[in-house]
Amino acid sequence: MLQQIAFILVLAATFYFSFGRYRAIYQNIQLGKGDLSNNNPSHRWRNVLLVAFGQRKMFKRLVPAIFHFFIYAAFLLTQVELIEIIIDGLSGNHRVFASLLGTFYTFIINFIEALSLLAFVATIIFLWRRNILKVPRFHRSEMGGWPKLDGNLILIGELLLLIGIFSMNGADGILQQADPTHYPATGKLFISSAIGSTLFGGLSVGQLIAVERFGWWLHLIVVFGFITYLPFSKHLHIFLAFFNTYFAPLKPRGEMENMPDIAQEVRIMMGLEEETGDVSAELPAFGSNDVFTLNKHTLMGAYACTECGRCTSECPANITGKKLSPRKIMMDIRDRMEDIRKNIKSGNPEFIKPDLRETQKKITPENYGDGKSLFDYITREEIHACTTCQACVEACPVLINPLEPILALRRYEILTESAGPPDWLPMFNSLESSQSPWQIPEPRNKWAVDARSSS
Amino acid sequence: MDNMSIPELAELLASGEAPEYIFWVGCAGSYDARAQKVSIAMTQILERAKVNYAILGNEEGCCGDPARRAGNEFLFQMLAQMNIETLNGYEIKKIITTCPHCLNTLKNEYPKLGGTYEVVHHTQFIKKLLAEGKIQLENSTKNGKTVTYHDSCYLGRVNGVYEVPRDVLKQLNIDIVEMKRNRTTGLCCGAGGAQMFKEDEKGEKRINQERVTEALDTGADVIAVNCPFCLTMMTDGVKEAEKHEDVMVYDLAELIIQNIDKP
Repeated sequence: MLQQIAFILVLAATFYFSFGRYRAIYQNIQLGKGDLSNNNPSHRWRNVLLVAFGQRKMFKRLVPAIFHFFIYAAFLLTQVELIEIIIDGLSGNHRVFASLLGTFYTFIINFIEALSLLAFVATIIFLWRRNILKVPRFHRSEMGGWPKLDGNLILIGELLLLIGIFSMNGADGILQQADPTHYPATGKLFISSAIGSTLFGGLSVGQLIAVERFGWWLHLIVVFGFITYLPFSKHLHIFLAFFNTYFAPLKPRGEMENMPDIAQEVRIMMGLEEETGDVSAELPAFGSNDVFTLNKHTLMGAYACTECGRCTSECPANITGKKLSPRKIMMDIRDRMEDIRKNIKSGNPEFIKPDLRETQKKITPENYGDGKSLFDYITREEIHACTTCQACVEACPVLINPLEPILALRRYEILTESAGPPDWLPMFNSLESSQSPWQIPEPRNKWAVDARSSS
Repeated sequence: MDNMSIPELAELLASGEAPEYIFWVGCAGSYDARAQKVSIAMTQILERAKVNYAILGNEEGCCGDPARRAGNEFLFQMLAQMNIETLNGYEIKKIITTCPHCLNTLKNEYPKLGGTYEVVHHTQFIKKLLAEGKIQLENSTKNGKTVTYHDSCYLGRVNGVYEVPRDVLKQLNIDIVEMKRNRTTGLCCGAGGAQMFKEDEKGEKRINQERVTEALDTGADVIAVNCPFCLTMMTDGVKEAEKHEDVMVYDLAELIIQNIDKP
């Protein structure tokens, strides 16, 4: 009974502490413009199945993909055991599925144990790759401090979880013989019975019960800890990868988002369209300098990113020592959202746009203005280094598109600020005057005229 | 050199003929001395194959790719609208282009602005001509030369065409050696996203140096490209590495015309 009360308290605390964070992330994604597109659901589900469930893009790098798959598969299947733990915890039963499922239970738990063992090996290898082998993509400038600690905390949490599972099952196997009425038979569990007889063989029944309970509670606490921790962590990708692949745009990869307002204005200017009359006096801002004008899918991508750095390690600018790192762009967008949320939550009217402070007292995303923008997080040098080669887009295993915000920032710089790399000015001028990026006095067809006359 | 006609659309229409295809030359193909040679090679191929085509000549303008990727949407829309007016005015249906940036803009971006055409890259068209027997290659024995193929970003990753140019190369009787980074992981030459028209940002080296080193490491005698900007970047990189006497950089169209069966 005491354990049941403790269980309910832990469960309630988990929901209480995590709910606010998950809601904040949902609200942050809603800060973006437009809607998440949901056309052609069958194509989208196909993406989820192949890319998220099937991990198709992970397998472009075979070794990490295999180890990642072990952890992923173990995670998915352990949920069966977790459901049992929750039912047991609430009802005060022990292994309620064992007698219900019979030999199938033996099979599934054996399967979970095999995957868990593989996941244990994979986790150790990942810790080694991160900290001793020092795989370069985990050691770029944006990967110090919290991102580094975050990566290691997750892996250590995984180890604890697996230790919990094996001590729980190992001690349980021996207790099944000592006290069959309280410990229903699970059938032979190959891995945990080997662990049990090796480590816990000489223990008394009391000690075995303690080990079993320790494993059970450790498993549970780590899982609930994860649920609470995830929304603070890059590890949120275990949920958002599925959403992000579902909502990924389906348009041709090379198509930049059209700007219908500008298209219309140009058509009017060229006399191709009638002026409709409702021209606003205020000059609108074009492109994006903050999360409010980025697409919702981009913002979701910032939370779906697990900082694996495949994008950055394929980026030609980054490879040749430039400051641009596509991963950092996504991390900066997330940091910006986090800062905005913190400020909105503070209720401090200083974070209302100065011209609205008189009339509005409550901060909302609509009146928000802290005097900062994404350009306080991302430098001009970074966005100017991009070749739009799409290597980052191709590399991302969960369909995040770091190119989209880079181009949106470039648009803001050129269209709203009239700034940008000075080298581009002659190109713009020449394109405007002679429809060619080079200022060349000769007619466009000269090459053909010359070729004709010399043949 | 062949007796070349390189028909221009307005003249062709004036004489009562209508071409099936427009050869979209692009800015580099029109103005860049090196890329002009690719334009000539492509027109030679088209004329050998007796393709009913024309160029727009002075009625063609920049497709707008560098303006759009630099962020200048106003300029892009202006350029795009002018071209769409021209193309729609002439009721153009099919376009061949030697520039993968033009390919991408015309194929993927013009439809939203009212211009829908069937656009193919010249390597795709060459493959078709070879398959239909419209052009034949000399049945030469292997000369021991090797070629490495550089995927342009805008033909490869952006438009998903990786194997077509390789299929064409395979018909040339030369050995293909792949660079370490190829196809979906092919490294950019450094020119895309309007980088062609600005200095590199600060870094350890330029992107074309990195890519040329990789190409030279294959030991190939020829670097084959499919994009006029890659052509410039790779040629510059080879020259900088002082290998321009040993290693040649060619567009696929040029390799075809060098090996075509002389009539």
